[in-house]
Order: sequence, then C-alpha cells, then structure tokens
Amino acid sequence: MLWTRKDLLGLEYLTPDELQLILDTAESFKEVSTREIKKVPALRGKTAVNLFYEPSTRTRVSFEVAAKRLSADVINIATETSSVRKGETLIDTGKNIQALKADIIIMRHNCSGAANILARSLDISVVNAGDGWHEHPTQALLDIFTLKEKLGKISGLNVAIVGDIAHSRVARSNIWGLTKLGAQVTLCAPEMLIPPGIEITGAKISNNIDEVLKNADAVNVLRMQFERDEGAAFPEQLDYFKKFGITEERLAKAKKDIVVMHPGPINRGIEMSSGVADGKNSVILEQVTNGIAVRMAVLFLVSQAKEAKG
Amino acid sequence: MSILIKNGRVVDPANKIDAVNIQAQAATIIDAAGKIVASGIIDIHVHLREPGREDKETVASATAAAAKGGVTTVLAMPNTHPAMDCEDNIKLLQGIIKKSALVNVLICGTLTKERLGQELSDIAALKKVGALAISDDGCSVDSDTLMLEAFKKAKQAGLLTVCHCEDKKLSGKGVMNLGFNSTRLGLRGISNESEYKRVSRDIELAAKCGAPVHIAHVSCRESVDIIAAAKKRGVKVTCETAPHYFALTDEDIVDYDTNMKINPPLRAKQDVAAIKAGLKNMVIDAIASDHAPHTENEKDIEFDRAEFGKIGLESGLAISIMELIEKKILSWQELVNVLAVNPAKILGIDKGTLSVGAQADLIVIDAGKEFILEKKSIVSKSKNSPFIGRRLKGLVEYTIYNGKVIYQG
Ligand SMILES: [Zn+2]
Ligand SMILES: [Zn+2]
Repeated sequence: MLWTRKDLLGLEYLTPDELQLILDTAESFKEVSTREIKKVPALRGKTAVNLFYEPSTRTRVSFEVAAKRLSADVINIATETSSVRKGETLIDTGKNIQALKADIIIMRHNCSGAANILARSLDISVVNAGDGWHEHPTQALLDIFTLKEKLGKISGLNVAIVGDIAHSRVARSNIWGLTKLGAQVTLCAPEMLIPPGIEITGAKISNNIDEVLKNADAVNVLRMQFERDEGAAFPEQLDYFKKFGITEERLAKAKKDIVVMHPGPINRGIEMSSGVADGKNSVILEQVTNGIAVRMAVLFLVSQAKEAKG
Repeated sequence: MSILIKNGRVVDPANKIDAVNIQAQAATIIDAAGKIVASGIIDIHVHLREPGREDKETVASATAAAAKGGVTTVLAMPNTHPAMDCEDNIKLLQGIIKKSALVNVLICGTLTKERLGQELSDIAALKKVGALAISDDGCSVDSDTLMLEAFKKAKQAGLLTVCHCEDKKLSGKGVMNLGFNSTRLGLRGISNESEYKRVSRDIELAAKCGAPVHIAHVSCRESVDIIAAAKKRGVKVTCETAPHYFALTDEDIVDYDTNMKINPPLRAKQDVAAIKAGLKNMVIDAIASDHAPHTENEKDIEFDRAEFGKIGLESGLAISIMELIEKKILSWQELVNVLAVNPAKILGIDKGTLSVGAQADLIVIDAGKEFILEKKSIVSKSKNSPFIGRRLKGLVEYTIYNGKVIYQG
C-alpha cells in the first residue's frame, strides 16, 4: 500500500492498513539504530523543525534522534526563545517555518487540535507530537509496536490502560490504534477520570484494577498529575496508589507474561511501584528505543507522501 | 412611489392568508410568480458590535447583511463598548443608527451596569430613552437577589428581560458541548446542565414577581422541557432558538472549525430533535440569529483561544427553509410565525404582518433557489460562518423596508 497523507495528526484518522504500514516501516528502520554508523540517507537534504509549545525533553529528543538517523537537518524551536510569546499566531509561525523551506514541522502544543489547524493551513508536513488532551499518535504507535514485538500480535489482545484517561492524549491515541488493530481495550480509573462517551470507541470501563489485571495481556500505565486547575476534585495520591497503583502483589495475580508499559516519566510509588517499573514485565526502556524506529517511520512516510504528490 | 408585488404566494399568518395575490396599479411592479411573499424577518438577537468593535461589524455592515438575509428589524444586543447601560450610550447608538442603518434597529439595554452583574442599570431610564428590552447577554447575573430585583424593576418599567442562561461555575473553561465529541477532540465540555439550571432559575424568579421573561438561544432538550412546563402553568415566558441549534450538532466540529465554536455550544442529536419539536409544538416562539461577528484574527487560531460566536443574518432564512420547511417540520405559515409574527409580539411592536395599512416591511423569497455560500459573497464585515462552502437553498430576491426596496438579489 501507498502512504498518501502529508501529516500525522492522530490515530483516529488512520485505517488499520495505514497503521500496519507504519508498524512495518518502523520494523525495517529499527535495525538502523543497531548499526555502527546509525544513519541512512532517506531524508538527506530535508529539514525537520521541532516546534514545541510545551516543554518535553523526551519526545523532542526522540524525534530529533529519529530525524538525524534519517539524515535530515533538525531545528529546534521552543516557546521561550521564539516569537510565540510575542503574540504571533500559530498559523503565522507555521507559515514562517514553511517560508524557510522546511519540510516537516513536528509540533507539541497544549491546545487540542493545534496540529489539525496548522496542518490545514500549510503545504508542508505536520507531525503531531502531542496536542492538549487530544492525541499523541507516535507515543501510541511506539506502545503498539513494542506490544507487537513482545506478544507477536495485536489482534485479540486484552490491553488495559490505567490512570487519568480524561486528560490523556496518550490514552486516546492508544484507544484508537489498538481498537482499529483488533485489540480489546479496558480503561481503568476512578470514575471522575473517565471522559464521557469513551465507551463509543469500543473500550470497556472498570474501576477495579485487580479484576482488569486478571484478564490483561498488557497494561499501559499513564502518568498521574495531581495538581490541576480544573477545579474538579482529584484523587489523593496515596488513595490513588492504594486503589489503582500497579504493585508486585497485584502483578503476581496477573498473567505471568503481562507486558507493563509507561509513557514516562514515571512517578515511582504513585502510578506504579519501583519494583514493577524495574521488574521483568516492564518494557519501559524498550519503548524508548522503539520510539526512535516508529518516529523514523512516520517522518519517512509523511515526507514520501509529499513527494508523491509533487 | 408605490410597489406592487404580483403573482407571489403571500404567507401572512397574522391575517390567516396563504394565497396567490391579486393585481393592481403601481409604479414598480415585482413579478413574484412562484415566489413566497412574507413579512420581513424580525431578528431579536443580533450583535452589531458598534460602538466599540467596528473592526468586527458596524451598524451599516450588519444592516446591509440583514437586508440581504431578508431581515427588516433587528434587536441590537447591548454588549458593545461602551455597553448600552445608560441613557447617553443609547443615545450614541441611536445617532449611529439614524445615520447608517438600512433596516429597523431596536435597542436592548443592559440589566446591570457594564454588564458586570453587580449593580442594576437605571432600568426606567433605559425604557424612557427607547430601549425595548434589557439583557446582560453574554453573561448571566449570578446573584438570585439581584436578578429578582431586575425582574421587578423591568416589570415596573414595562420592559422585557432577555436572559442568556449560563451558570459559568458549571460551564467553566468549556469550549464545546460535553459528550463523546468533546472527549474525542480532547476539548473541555459544556454540560446541558450549565444552561438549563439557569433557565429554570430565571423562569422561577420571573414567575415570582409576574415579570415577563424571554430565554435567549435555547440549545438543549432540558431547557425546552422546562420552558414547556412553565408555559403550561401560565408563566409569562417566551424563548428563541437559533438556526445553528437545529442545523448543526457537536459532531460537525470534526476538524476544530472555530466557526462552530458558539455559546451555548452546538449540542447533540437528541437536543436538535428537541429544538425542532419545540418549534413545531410552539414551545419555542422565535428563531433569532445570535449574529456574532468576529474577525479572522479572533477565529483563525487554536480552538481553545478562539472567540465564541458566528454570523447568521445572511444565512438564517436559508437554513430555516432547508431544515424546517424541506424536512416538513414547519409549514410556511408556522415558519413566518417564528421568524416575524412572534418576534414582533415578544417585543410588543406593530410588525410582522402584511395587514392593510401596516408598514411595508416585506420580502420576496425564491425558496427553491440553491446556492453555495461563499466567503467572498458575505456582506457582513466578519466572515465567521460555519456554513461557508455548503450548498444552501432559499434565496431572498427582494427586501422591502418601509415601502422601499433595500435589497434586490
Ligand atoms: Zn448569549
Ligand atoms: Zn448573543
């Protein structure tokens, strides 16, 4: 199949075939990072701009490494140093970057939909590196890639996502991606952290982590943030850990080979115990490694789509 | 100079007429064969933006848009800069209207000074200078005691109170309807509750002192039920909805189109069904545009940061024809009732009919004419319509205001 999209905005918009193509492409790029010279010329002469309106060292560095392993030039723009704070609009900023003849904008933004708005205003590619509570497609892709690597398939798996689903772009992207590829997703969180209507995606909802873990082939544990300006009462940290924290005791009652994932950075002792984070079921560092391959695949595919279009 | 409109289908529910009209002698003759002839639309919820935000809209540009949309009377909402909260400010606006309005512009004064919800405006003085109603539109007065006091003063003055029903403690930082679509888009939701609880409160307070109350822009099913129940028990309540609340749902915000960011928000399918049913069974008295112009700078940005509101003067009739006449929700008589007859009654003005001797505000409509709404054809100074690019049906051919043709399509 041919990749035709100039942008990657979210997994909701992709077909199962397109998801599969990204995963297959990532598979072939993974080997590059194991070479002595970790570079292929796939994007030589291309410029990728990391436009980050929200601080995120992890994701930014991962994209930067991915772009460089494809031989692209990378420019980093962070809000503190750009004209963003002086009131330039998102679209103006994007058009300026386009005028520099950059090829891809990789954007992190605190407003949901920012990547959609930028993408429809520009001819160059936009890759969403996380927008508000909306989507974080490459994170979900690397989660899915890792899961497939560990368990050999996605279809038919029971995958639990635990934590603040309501305010999580990682959760949304995972729900879309996993569901489209045939997995059964179960969301586990206090009721106030389950967003309305989410069951329409096909995900099941539970507030009993022990029940959920019993059936799960994998559990994706979201980072919890307890300070918010939302006004809604958030659970107490300790109380949350008691009811939903992933501990060795809880894992002992789960499937032996259950895969434990976390998008990082981990709050040890809040969403999972240190023993679990560093334990034999944890694939947290493999996720980081796979993030490079998945992002290489995405950057490669979107830039190809552009060339195909002329 | 006299105008004769011949051969048109005259829809005049106030006089129980629905017939092809007869011929007579006149200086100008408009052949309206196959067309609908009706009273000019009376739009009781319009933001003119002048004085203060002439970059968004002016009295001249808004009334030109009104003329194009078949609207011959508008009620100007008071959230201008300065707000219409005292005699002087209303006189200022009256001066502008006199100079540049193309259609009849009526003025709504504020409930509270600067619309801050703290201190009541001098409601009797607003009435005296010519305000037809009072409202803090854009805001709701949070204090029950102040709101009750406002209803009492408005009743004494003989003014209608128009309520924007929103409990901001509940709607908070919401930017669209709360539900699966807000979940999917990752946007903060606005519950139906934030609207209908305030509808309920305002009706209760108005009923307490026997003051008439008009609920602006009803968007959700519970509000319709609450108003229906209040009407049943004899409360003097009227209400309006806007075309977007029966033509669009929150599902239409697919790609973060900020022209779909409206307050109250576009609701769910069940709400749209309830709004249509409310129009059919006359719980909803009127259709008003809530014409809310905003510049591209205020709309062509992140969804969270964009202003609420859309323009509607030019597209309201077409949307109403498509959604209500074509889908057989309302008859032409019923549509003219909600567009002209009832709005006139709500404001207590002698308009909305084609009676002999009545001021000649009327429109000729080609109900079957299809067109694509193009940005460049929009007369309003702001172009923030969610219907741009859509195929619409129902075009105004002539708008006649006070006996003069002010628009010809
Ligand atoms: Zn309002
Ligand atoms: Zn309004």
